[in-house]
Amino acid sequence: MTSTAQRLAEIRGDVPPRRHNARTIAALTGNPGCARRAVLDSAGVDKPKLAERVGFPARFGQSRFAITRGNTFEAQVKADGGAELLRLVAERLGVDPGGPATWTDLGADDRPGQSGQSGQPDRSARSRAALAAAAPTGAGEQAALFDHPLLGLDVAGQRVHLEPDLVAARLAGRFHVVEVKSFPVIDGQADPGKVAAAAIQSAVYVLALRELLAAEGHDPELVSSDVLLVCPRDFANQPVASLVDVRKQLLVLRRQLDRMARIDDLLAGVPAGFTADPAADPADLRRSLLSVPARYAPDCLAACELAYFCRHATRAETATLGRPVREALGGVATVAEALALAGGEHSGQPEQAEAAALLRAAARLRADALAGRPA
Amino acid sequence: MSTLRALAKAQALAAGVAQPVATVRHLHLSPRPLVLVPLAMAGEANAPLAALVGTAPGDARLLIVPQPRNRDQRFAFAAELAGIVLPYLDSFRGVSEAVAVDRGRDVRYRYVDAPQLLLPNPGGLAFLRLFGRSTRFRRPDGEYPVHPSVPLLGRWLTFFAERAEHPGSSALLAMTEALTLHWATGQSAVEDLHLPAVLGWLDPPPGLDGARAAARAEDPAVCPPAGPATDPEFDNKVLAPAIAAYTDAADDETARRSAYAELELALRGQLAPTWELMWRGVGLLAALPPGARVEGRWAGDRDAFTSHAEHVDAGGGPQPRRDGAVAAAVRLHRLERAGTSYAVQRAYDDPLVMAEHRLTGEAFVADVTLADPRRVDDTGKRPVLRPRIQVVTTEPVAVPVGATLYSTARPGQKAKVVFLTPAADGKTEVVLELSGGMGRGLTAPPGTVPEVGERLSLTTLSDAFLPAGAFPDPAETPWTHGGPPAAATFDQALGPADPPGAGAGAGAGAGVGAGVGVGAGVASTPVVGPSDGDPAEDWA
Repeated sequence: MTSTAQRLAEIRGDVPPRRHNARTIAALTGNPGCARRAVLDSAGVDKPKLAERVGFPARFGQSRFAITRGNTFEAQVKADGGAELLRLVAERLGVDPGGPATWTDLGADDRPGQSGQSGQPDRSARSRAALAAAAPTGAGEQAALFDHPLLGLDVAGQRVHLEPDLVAARLAGRFHVVEVKSFPVIDGQADPGKVAAAAIQSAVYVLALRELLAAEGHDPELVSSDVLLVCPRDFANQPVASLVDVRKQLLVLRRQLDRMARIDDLLAGVPAGFTADPAADPADLRRSLLSVPARYAPDCLAACELAYFCRHATRAETATLGRPVREALGGVATVAEALALAGGEHSGQPEQAEAAALLRAAARLRADALAGRPA
Repeated sequence: MSTLRALAKAQALAAGVAQPVATVRHLHLSPRPLVLVPLAMAGEANAPLAALVGTAPGDARLLIVPQPRNRDQRFAFAAELAGIVLPYLDSFRGVSEAVAVDRGRDVRYRYVDAPQLLLPNPGGLAFLRLFGRSTRFRRPDGEYPVHPSVPLLGRWLTFFAERAEHPGSSALLAMTEALTLHWATGQSAVEDLHLPAVLGWLDPPPGLDGARAAARAEDPAVCPPAGPATDPEFDNKVLAPAIAAYTDAADDETARRSAYAELELALRGQLAPTWELMWRGVGLLAALPPGARVEGRWAGDRDAFTSHAEHVDAGGGPQPRRDGAVAAAVRLHRLERAGTSYAVQRAYDDPLVMAEHRLTGEAFVADVTLADPRRVDDTGKRPVLRPRIQVVTTEPVAVPVGATLYSTARPGQKAKVVFLTPAADGKTEVVLELSGGMGRGLTAPPGTVPEVGERLSLTTLSDAFLPAGAFPDPAETPWTHGGPPAAATFDQALGPADPPGAGAGAGAGAGVGAGVGVGAGVASTPVVGPSDGDPAEDWA
């Protein structure tokens, strides 16, 4: 075990690192400037448990209705050896599927054992072999669909297995990532937040698939950066396919993964006794967590398990009110400081002169208007 | 985010309670609004689960869908909701008033009052818009008939959802937005989407400050979410077993009735707290005095209500799925004009909003030190009255010579900046030349020219009428915008003969006529998929 791995293990505590999946990897791109999060994610800390221990449990529950609906729709789309899926995908790409496709379920042996860790190396090798052998050679081949491939990606020096529900489709000389999602596309439009989340998850798969091909000596560009989202159309259950260009997401992902790969730089700024072991004493944990700087923004509430803790810890900072508020307050860091400048209690640092003048003027205008004085 | 608003947020955080950002109410508040709190089924495409609806705090009606995946039950819910909404809308169609148009050469009528819908949050608005979309194309005949009131409800809900995008409209309001328009909380915009948290800041319970009350409101076990999304824990632990019990009861009448009662109890428990918050919100807003220009904007809502009611009466078709190029451009232009005028009107109505413009140099307050009300400019073909006044201000003046200013006290009068002179103590002297708002003669009537000693609020913002832009006929859509809409879809868009109110014989003809009459709004649907009347909507 290297010293870095040793250090990460100490931070994490006496448990195996928590496994990433496409969703958690996608979430890493959310707030790339946050050191606290980068350290915890690199160490594979059990963040939900950690959040609970420090008294700020995360609220990321999922309704079983949503899960059922997602599974039903996926099963429907993939029925009949993917015949309907192939038609949709080919039509959206504007290519001729050229006869029925082959359908390979790479997860067939392991199902339904979702967490079948023992089967993973096998399946991983099987996926690798099957996908590499099927690498596109020209436009004239028969279409091929691969369901439940097991892909690998290096995240913070750790090999992460991804178990996408996606289908990799070989069509017209390229591989395409196909992701089945159960949110509706109504009159050609879907919830932008959900599309963005699906796009970044798909980008994780594109990246993993490209690395697989490259490792086997193929051109990684054989995997298209246009992914297909298959969603229910309007209010019915009929599927509709949409193309999403994920080139931008790929760049963001690569950047963040590279950053996590340089974990030593990150750890250099972390105090020696830092621990995020959920088994530790809650008060120690809180103190320890605060010793690594976070960059809390209100968006974190939707993405990070530790967000409620960070929000509480940064209550006095203007960033808690959102970035636009902080900027409108002249970039002053804390609420107390902003109010002191506004009240003219002191004129602040020389570089704050402009902000201080603005805040004083604002405070005067506000007080006048509230007091019913026109000036 | 203006600095003034940001400062109010900082003050709210420090004080532990929300701070005012308006001194008057900038929206109309109906004495009898229809409050609607919807819940949707998780994971489904806009499947209604339940709603509390009513026009008074003690008059909440609970509608539920015991099996939200069942298509018939969903449309039964829509019909039930229509049974409340449509009579409510009709109750405003009693008395009309005459409005002069075209400089008094013609007259049109509008209802003296109009309906107002109140929802908890923007998510509720989005739910209502999609519910309108999912019902307005349904037909009372054909393969999958629905109750005739269902498509009618869909058109009205769509009307309200479109109206809600119109800046300054009060026809459909989200309570969180209505409240944060008038008060700043000590939390971020994301957190302001949660109605219980907003009210926690506005009106914290005894013994708690705003931050604590808001944090408490975030715990779904203490305070159910204000919808339309439900709490996943509630879904898994309460709702799923209750729905299963209802489904399992099948034909066993007793078991089904008890399961239904159980579901009602659970859903009411989730909705009732939000219902109570909605009316507390109404109470807080009602306590503010209305702004002077609110009534004028509400007249615009009454106009829109009247014209949509006439469109529906005439058997007009449902709103298209998507606007055509011309209709979209017209709509965007209308929204932009409304947005500009709304921002200006709020500033004129409210010194606290005007203060935001003063901070950015778009407005300043000044004292009149000299006035020459009889000055006549005779350099042109005929002499014109052009009084001049000199004002002094302590505020920075960011406008150049030659700019036109307006005074909030005399919005019809223009004041051109003639000279700008720095004076002692950092003050600025401004000489203004006045035109307009003083009658047609060469003598200004008393009170039309500011007098020495008067304090004026001067601004570059103009409340003057903004002329509408010119747009081509949909049939002449330029090729850059896709060209004219295809003829076939043109007919289809016009002919959804679905006039529950009209006589059966006249139905189709009236539909086409009305469609042409309203012109650009409806006539340019680009796509009318053949399959949407459809309904291969088998859920489950």
